[in-house]
Amino acid sequence: MNARTRLAAMAAGAVVLLAACATPALRGSGDLGVVIERAAGSVQVVSNSSNTMLARIGGLGDLSHASLVYSRDARYVYVFGRDGGISKVDILAGKLVARVLQAGNSIGGAISSDGRIVAAQNYSPGGVKLFDADTLALLADIPALDDNGQPSKVVGLADLPGNRFAFSLFEAGEIWVLDAAQPRAPQVTKYRNVGRNPYDGLASSDGRYYIAGLYGDDGLALLDNWQPQAGVRRILPGYGQGRDKQPVYKMPHLRGWSLAGDYAFLPAIGHHEVLVADRRSWQEAARVPVYGQPVFVMAEPSGRRVWVNFAFPHNDTVQVIDVPTMQVIQTLKPGRAILHMEFTARGDAVWLSSRDDDKLVVIDTATFQTRRELPAANPSGIFFSWRAGRMGM
Amino acid sequence: MKLPACCRTLTAKCLLLGCCAALFISEAVYADSGIVSPAPQRVAELRHLLREDCGACHGLTLNGGLGSPLTAAALAGKPGDSLVATLLDGRPGSAMPPWRPFMSEAEAQWLIRQLQQGMTP
Repeated sequence: MNARTRLAAMAAGAVVLLAACATPALRGSGDLGVVIERAAGSVQVVSNSSNTMLARIGGLGDLSHASLVYSRDARYVYVFGRDGGISKVDILAGKLVARVLQAGNSIGGAISSDGRIVAAQNYSPGGVKLFDADTLALLADIPALDDNGQPSKVVGLADLPGNRFAFSLFEAGEIWVLDAAQPRAPQVTKYRNVGRNPYDGLASSDGRYYIAGLYGDDGLALLDNWQPQAGVRRILPGYGQGRDKQPVYKMPHLRGWSLAGDYAFLPAIGHHEVLVADRRSWQEAARVPVYGQPVFVMAEPSGRRVWVNFAFPHNDTVQVIDVPTMQVIQTLKPGRAILHMEFTARGDAVWLSSRDDDKLVVIDTATFQTRRELPAANPSGIFFSWRAGRMGM
Repeated sequence: MKLPACCRTLTAKCLLLGCCAALFISEAVYADSGIVSPAPQRVAELRHLLREDCGACHGLTLNGGLGSPLTAAALAGKPGDSLVATLLDGRPGSAMPPWRPFMSEAEAQWLIRQLQQGMTP
């Protein structure tokens, strides 16, 4: 090969490479997920099918306690940072497409049932803001002020059917339902005196129930959205009676698939127990003793087993509860500081983030064997794209 | 392995120097207070605790979350003793738990002093 043909060959190769860059292989988003790398301010896009990282997107600000929601087509994620930033990331192209700084201190958000409104919940200055999902333009600002004009931190924001959102006010002890059918002029229904210090909330996957956990009281506050006129009632009110609370080194999270079989599985605050309530009567059905203060109590998609991780100093451990027998059947030590768990859409595997070992662990849910470990910088939340089609996520 | 005499002397000297350095660091004392800095390894552990576990409520950057901010500005003018007591024994009626099981009183004093001086984790 002389110099000229070698050059021509190189040029041809370059053209092929450029063409490859310009038209990447088509890909669906159905088996993808996004992992928060909290200290680096970046997210990883990962694939469930290959158990690999596909892309890393940085520059997303302070991602401690970050969470995200998916656009309804599962192409974009809206990442809510602690610094009040909302970053819209294209997970297929692997790039940031829009970003706004909308508050001083934020902990999460939700997306409306029609996919057009992104809602952010804020600690400081408190309240909920609504944004256009396409452009991130502000649509409405709803301050979280009680009747005396005192601001509250907003926790437990969840989407409900019909472009509504439910959330709780930490200091005021109230649950509000926001009807965003007219997103520039949303209507608020307030439920007062639901209990002291609601710390998080969840909506059931059919959107019927909204449940807020209470830090300042035993029990949880339940709103049945099929009978909103009946108001909010207290469930599991007596689980801690006569027993001293143990210190809580990390607040539990209620979000996740904690409704399994005929039961709701919920973390007891201040006690090393998972509470089980009957889904029809909401009466206590069982208490399952566990290794520490539960943080996430998440059911496998099949509802057959419930996985639990724990607050410091027990956060190197994950336990699995068998739903029919209400017994812990497995105790795993997958890594230091297990912050989050996420099941694949049909539950063949669960991904865990090990913050202090800088890794993700993929565990086969049938055998409890580790399929793979992947490097990740200080990982926390893991969010798979099946969330795009589910309410309350 | 037996080292030649000259090397042994050198090793001993290095060890001695190392010990002195460690002693110097661990005995670093704030001139006005008698607060002693923990050894470097322990300082790293405390910073990790501050960042990750205090940070769960107070924010990774300590600018606040469910818990109040722990920045120098936020702690300015608050008495150190009462902050140390809150750190060690928690604050009843709030979500602040006691951290006494995980640190000594001297370490709590050092940590509060560091925060008041604007340490970021």
